[in-house]
Amino acid sequence: MSKTKLVIAGNGMVGHQFLQSLADSGQLDSFDVTVFCEESRLAYDRVHLSAYFSGATAEDLAMGDAETYRSWGLTVLTGETITEIDREYQSVTTDKGRELCYDKLVLATGSYPFVPPVPGHDRPQCLVYRTIDDLDAIAEVAKKSKIGTVVGGGLLGLEAAKALTDLGLETHVVEFAPRLMAVQLDNGGGGMLRQKIEALGVSVHTQKNTQLIDDGEQCFHKMNFADGEVLETDLILFSAGIRPRDELARQSELEVGERGGIVINNYCQTSDPAIYAIGECALWNKQIFGLVAPGNQMAKVAVSHLTGGSDNFTGADMSTKLKLMGVDVASIGDAHGQTPGARNYTFVDEREEIYKKLVVSEDGKILLGAILVGDAEQYGTLLQYMLNGIHLPEYPDTLILPDRGDDKQTGLGVAALPETAQICSCHDVSKGDVRAALDSGCCTLGDVKGATKAATGCGGCSALLTDLVNHELEEMGIEVNRDLCEHFPYTRQDLYNLIRIEEIRSFDELLEKHGRGHGCEICRPAAGSILASCWNDYILTENNVSLQDTNDTFMANMQKDGTYSVVPRVAGGEITADKLIVLGQVAKKYNLYSKITGGQRVDLFGARLEQLPGIWEELIEAGFETGHAYGKSLRTVKSCVGSTWCRFGVDDSVGLAIDLENRYKGLRAPHKIKFAVSGCTRECAEAQSKDIGVIATENGWNLYVCGNGGMKPRHGDLFATDLDRDTLISYIDRILMFYIKTADRLQRTSVWMENMEGGLDYLRQVVINDSLTLGEELEQQMAHVVSTYQCEWKTTLESPEALKRFRPFVNSDASDSNIVFVEERQQIRPATPEEKAEIQAEPIKLVS
Amino acid sequence: MTTENNWTAVCGQNDLISDSGICALVNDTQIALFYLKKEQAVYAIANHDPFSEANVLSRGLIGSKGDDLFVASPVYKQHFCLKTGRCLDDENTRIQAWPARIENGLVEVLI
Ligand code: SRM
Ligand SMILES: Cc1cc2nc3c(=O)[nH]c(=O)nc-3n(C[C@H](O)[C@H](O)[C@H](O)COP(=O)(O)OP(=O)(O)OC[C@H]3O[C@@H](n4cnc5c(N)ncnc54)[C@H](O)[C@@H]3O)c2cc1C
Ligand code: SF4
Ligand code: FES
Repeated sequence: MSKTKLVIAGNGMVGHQFLQSLADSGQLDSFDVTVFCEESRLAYDRVHLSAYFSGATAEDLAMGDAETYRSWGLTVLTGETITEIDREYQSVTTDKGRELCYDKLVLATGSYPFVPPVPGHDRPQCLVYRTIDDLDAIAEVAKKSKIGTVVGGGLLGLEAAKALTDLGLETHVVEFAPRLMAVQLDNGGGGMLRQKIEALGVSVHTQKNTQLIDDGEQCFHKMNFADGEVLETDLILFSAGIRPRDELARQSELEVGERGGIVINNYCQTSDPAIYAIGECALWNKQIFGLVAPGNQMAKVAVSHLTGGSDNFTGADMSTKLKLMGVDVASIGDAHGQTPGARNYTFVDEREEIYKKLVVSEDGKILLGAILVGDAEQYGTLLQYMLNGIHLPEYPDTLILPDRGDDKQTGLGVAALPETAQICSCHDVSKGDVRAALDSGCCTLGDVKGATKAATGCGGCSALLTDLVNHELEEMGIEVNRDLCEHFPYTRQDLYNLIRIEEIRSFDELLEKHGRGHGCEICRPAAGSILASCWNDYILTENNVSLQDTNDTFMANMQKDGTYSVVPRVAGGEITADKLIVLGQVAKKYNLYSKITGGQRVDLFGARLEQLPGIWEELIEAGFETGHAYGKSLRTVKSCVGSTWCRFGVDDSVGLAIDLENRYKGLRAPHKIKFAVSGCTRECAEAQSKDIGVIATENGWNLYVCGNGGMKPRHGDLFATDLDRDTLISYIDRILMFYIKTADRLQRTSVWMENMEGGLDYLRQVVINDSLTLGEELEQQMAHVVSTYQCEWKTTLESPEALKRFRPFVNSDASDSNIVFVEERQQIRPATPEEKAEIQAEPIKLVS
Repeated sequence: MTTENNWTAVCGQNDLISDSGICALVNDTQIALFYLKKEQAVYAIANHDPFSEANVLSRGLIGSKGDDLFVASPVYKQHFCLKTGRCLDDENTRIQAWPARIENGLVEVLI
């Protein structure tokens, strides 16, 4: 059977979803697919476009990648636009003169920003906000501008305004309607939003009709309004709505709507059954859907129809929740109460600047819509009431009145949701999907997110998802047993709090007060780590020694043959020639295998237990300190060479790395912690793959958090930008101590972050806005650890009692004859069992 | 040397480390000795870890699982019963265990 020739116009968000769904359907083989992509880059995440101005790169935003598309066998032509459709011959023509026949054609052409035809709208420095290229142009113009003005106070306009303030411009918003976000909000909500946004330094001008743009006196432009007022500005950003890109449909005489949009049926077919339209260019039931979730649904429906399925598009909910310039705003369903008989409840708190409105049915039983400004916590609950027609409580106002802790049940139990209830609209995940994921073996929030993608889009559903996952686990009878182990009926977090609050200083005391049995290899090191994080006593005191894993006990990493490796600290990777020579001398004297590590230091392998003190004596003599390569503690702070030498460096990354390493060395935590500092955005130190990553900017330091390499790599999230050194350090103090306080045992910062309800925003609240008023306490706790640092090897060498442990045998000076080395590439390595059998093992002489 | 078992003194009580292990060498045999402080009890098992083939069990963490006292191998974390040498994770594996006691400040193993 010959393949169906499938041509796709557009590789935006929905175009990409179409390809993904086609791949997921397993039927790619029966199609010969060609994609035309007008933009120079493949599909990217337009929803998070603004992140481009706060540190995200084009790669971060990318959705489609050439490699994946190639592996799917697609032909993708970037920078090429379809300009004509010949429906009779079933062929398309492109701007490069290419002609191609199709059996089926999919239009996923999106929309374009509407620019009102005001005289002067086409002057230079008049821009729009839709593509990465637009953003590059804005950044370019912003460099020579002081004042920026956004025309349009809708959702996108406010986002654009945020971008302009991020670029450091004095920002104005000019809106034709009497209020901001006129589509989603009423007067009360719009007014509250305006108040909050003005408090952030943006000037809002409503009811302004721009009539002419011409040369300004102080600025590049002057905007002249119908009421005679003027506004001078250097940059104008039009964000006055979007229009479907239906030009191909018009040219080929497909049916289009009165006000634009390519008419489609429930299968996403246009008036020509061989042509589909999906995403923002499509008009279904006289509606355009300017959001990505409905577009994705259309993509799935079109794929289903093309592959013989029977999915239908039945419309989509347009409720939205977003954070505009840090202000929570949400609009649900019939927010304007246009349903006949609709009744409202409103709540206004002018001091806290909160506005909430509920629109309910005439009989008060059903929620029709809602508006939330300043506090959108109930969004998930209200949305579920609305979508599922769940009966409202007796007093619906309890849903928006502040929770004063009087036990009023305001939330909606997740149990009440029907199986079909949509939990995550971005990725169309229903309650049933979440349950299926749990049935198939997921057992944490992180697992469910990974398997279903729920809560990985806008994040609006994460609180609801957390509730649901916990509830379902309990329902399934999987006791969500968070006990550390059989000896302590507590979580690690509980134990941390007990140890802190009751000032418990030893494991015996902890076991006596709160545990049972003898402990084990789980609770002992966990308690050892918490005791160290809190009190920072020497880890080999009589109380502490039985809690340490062998690596901590002998302050070296055990290798497969029972020997150890030695890793001295080389802060920031900077090392003098003299110290390098000492490392070489020691390695030579003790015949150790030497290797440069991935952490920018040197590892010396093959040391026998009894050799460790001697080796360390020499290293400490030469000025080295222990490197904690063995501990769940700060490992290394990698650095690039930075501004001191590098022609691109904008700050001294090595200096900062050394200071950070010296500040946090010895800090014990639930898992190991790695840092890196790069001197500019080229990022040679790979800071974005570290628990804490710092990158120099022209104006200070950008801080990235919760990245790692390892088994499941995760890029760090940009936490804060352009920090001065003191602020940077206080944020890191707080983040690390909060991690130590709340993470699970052996949980790296990445997993901790992924399981944290509220995620990055929540962490910012705690650290930057001090929402738990913990900031000072966390900093003091860190100050204690910093001020009580000791080199554990130095302390050990001073204690004859501690040194006794480094004898392989308590009753003999012999050495373990089972340890045998052979030579390879001029160095030692452990002998294989076969080699051992051959070599009549002869006890190796002790080096004293 | 006779083949008959003897209580052999291997070290002093104060060489032991509370709730942790040390190793003694008796006639080429490496014996891991563990000391439980609360019970004042001492246990002796082979130092050889059959899973990693390294002589390291004396350097593992000790603990309890139900009524069994164990040491967890520092290499791959299998648990060995301190009293019997039984591997708690693999019923086909057992290592040697010897009776041990503290007598007059000395640690003795019946070997
Ligand atoms: C020596 C070194 C490899 C090398 O030759 O380069 C190394 C060696 C070990 N790594 Fe590593 N890691 C080394 C850099 C890394 C890096 C790269 C880096 O730090 O930039 C990574 C990925 C980055 C990261 O951690 O995010 C790395 C990810 C791991 C992981 C996986 C962690 C994860 O979250 O998935 C483990 C396993 C673990 O910690 O549970 C691990 C565990 C280990 C252990 C400790 C395994 C063990 O228990 O025996 C290895 C023994 C070290 C020893 O004997 O000294 N090592 N390891 C590197 C020492 C760096 C240093 O100077 O301290
Ligand atoms: C700043 C911003 C913030 C947003 N925030 C949100 C949000 O929070 N939530 C939400 O749901 N939505 C949001 N949106 C809207 C969302 O991005 C769109 O709904 C979504 O991108 C629509 O996808 P699409 O594929 O239909 O169109 P697009 O993503 O626009 O893709 C269409 C692509 O087709 C190309 N194209 C057009 N014509 C042709 C042709 N003839 N030949 C070849 N290629 C062609 C275009 O160049 C474009 O690359 C936001 C949009 C912007 C700009
Ligand atoms: S990658 Fe694996 S083998 Fe290599 S050092 Fe790390 S833990 Fe060891
Ligand atoms: S609703 Fe956007 S991530 Fe779930």
